[in-house]
Amino acid sequence: MNLMSWGMYPRIESNVFKFDGEESLKHVINEHSELIPYGNGRSYGDSALSRNIVDLRPKNHFIDFDEDNGLLHVQAGVMLAEILEAFVLRGWFLKVTPGTKLITVGGAIASDIHGKNHHVAGCFCECVEDFKIMLADGTIASCSKKTAPELWKATCGGMGLTGVILAARIYLKKINSHYINQTTIKTRNLKETFAAFEEYRDKPYSVAWIDCLARGDDIGKCLLMVGDFRDDGQLDYRLKPQKTIPFNFPSFALNNWSVRAFNKLYYGRVKERVTRQKVDIDTFFYPLDAIGHWNRIYGKPGFTQYQFILPKETSYKGLEEILGAIADSGKGSFLAVLKLYGEANGNWLSFPMEGYSLALDFKIEKGLFELLDSLDKIVIKHLGRIYLTKDVRVSRETFEKGYPEIETFRKYRKDQNMDTKFQSLQSKRVGI
Amino acid sequence: MSYVLIVGAKSDIAKAIAREYAGHGYDLYLAARNSKELEEFAQDITVRTRRVVKIKELDILDYDSHQVFYDKLEEKPLGVISVVGYLGDQKKAQSDFDEVQKIIATNSTGIISLFNIIANDFEQRRSGFMVGISSVAGDRGRKNNYIYGSAKASLTAYLSGLRNRLYAAQVHVLTVNPGFVATKMTEGMDLPAKMTAQPETVAKDIYQAQQNGTNVLYTKWIWRWVMLIIRNIPEFQFKKMSI
Repeated sequence: MNLMSWGMYPRIESNVFKFDGEESLKHVINEHSELIPYGNGRSYGDSALSRNIVDLRPKNHFIDFDEDNGLLHVQAGVMLAEILEAFVLRGWFLKVTPGTKLITVGGAIASDIHGKNHHVAGCFCECVEDFKIMLADGTIASCSKKTAPELWKATCGGMGLTGVILAARIYLKKINSHYINQTTIKTRNLKETFAAFEEYRDKPYSVAWIDCLARGDDIGKCLLMVGDFRDDGQLDYRLKPQKTIPFNFPSFALNNWSVRAFNKLYYGRVKERVTRQKVDIDTFFYPLDAIGHWNRIYGKPGFTQYQFILPKETSYKGLEEILGAIADSGKGSFLAVLKLYGEANGNWLSFPMEGYSLALDFKIEKGLFELLDSLDKIVIKHLGRIYLTKDVRVSRETFEKGYPEIETFRKYRKDQNMDTKFQSLQSKRVGI
Repeated sequence: MSYVLIVGAKSDIAKAIAREYAGHGYDLYLAARNSKELEEFAQDITVRTRRVVKIKELDILDYDSHQVFYDKLEEKPLGVISVVGYLGDQKKAQSDFDEVQKIIATNSTGIISLFNIIANDFEQRRSGFMVGISSVAGDRGRKNNYIYGSAKASLTAYLSGLRNRLYAAQVHVLTVNPGFVATKMTEGMDLPAKMTAQPETVAKDIYQAQQNGTNVLYTKWIWRWVMLIIRNIPEFQFKKMSI
């Protein structure tokens, strides 16, 4: 079957395995190698692509919910959107959610995803009580941070390379409204942007949209959006009808000029320095989910997201340098998202560390990978790292420099015979 | 709210329909053979929606058991949806009459037997709705699946007559003609993506059509027009074609 992830690049032929019960999955694992679990295909690059795919999306049963402490037990193929659909009405929300709700719980663990509240709530695995995983020899392990610390640290953020996550128990958080009080702060340069992040640090949710085509004194100007749930008792959450991009745009549709125009309009629509809005969950957390197949605006060649993080001490200098390099290159990025992070957890391949990360979308075109290679050098110089969940091209060398526990992870995989059994195009490229 | 009875509840389309109706506040009876296999799924719906879901054992081919099955339901349902279907093996059926009987009994006679019983009750109570999943294959016989097609044609005609009869009793009957649907039944077939529906979409369409009182639903909608064309190809031409 022809398979791709969200970035639509690369597209490969894969054998897709579905399974009914645990026995049939065990059979697949025993008989094949180069396997990788595939959820809803929303990682951007090649982390869920391989010669052999285990399709987890059909495993979407809710198993149990404890109203007293908000502990939800689900199979790994359940999507975050399904959890919201069932539980927001009852006053529960995800403790940690990324910018799309169209990912599976298994994928959220494997990427140890984070959201707008990382600086207060950490990664997704912080809300996971335990999970069940089928290992390379076909046995099933129950894993919590306490009972199996090594498997935990390897699996949370381990990109599906330790086995097939079957089910998990996760804590939800109580909310008393599906509306959020949002404050938008307009800044004029990177210095103001950093100051604004610090000023609003106590807000649980924050994210900034950066105009990365701005030059000179304007570099780093942004709209910072911060917010928290209201307390008005309104919980009548309903799914909105979705608009869909019906076909791939011609790849010239996004160019320096159209992105510049978009950025100007987006930034220009906010007039005051500080404004306040009341917005709902979908508008605040998942603006892009409202447009189905938005990846098609980049055209058939596809796109990638370049997301890196820099430690706090080097963030300012590093971002200034990188934003300058992007502006000089003239390659447009619709979405440039800047985010403040709290402390790192101990998981071996988790992306977050205390500092700032920037995520930029680029369409795949000639010269792009050269530009990204040059950005890599700046990231490494400033002691940063690249996010595997978004990546499709990073070199082994750059990747290794960003993740100090890489050898621990490699050794663990080898010792557990996982290294040949579970592989993705990405794991082969970066040698994990 | 009260119960909707879903017959043939183990299929992918039935499961999507069950989630759709529970999501709109209905309690469910899920009826199927070896119904114990539905326990995990019933729990899934209960956790998602807090609706009551009861599993009922039913063999659609055991006609004599249908009356008892219906009488034993604790509370009579508001409506019934049959998702029973068996594609069978056309090649095999051409020379093996057991296969023919299985295809016809599952897709037609079995459902008619059960629906007769329920129709009599609904007619007397002057309320209820009945939904039958037939197929576009019932619109015209083709060499690739005309045994299945003829069984579905029989079901389609039955539902049409039933709708006509029960109109006076304000009982609504909906005929559903799905085209290609991505399910276990069609797994491995090479289906055109643009004409293939996901079970969730089919379930949403059915819910809307039933609530709106639609008589005949094609899902995806494009199949209404595809079948209009196919039905109107002159027989002298049609008999030479491979579609």
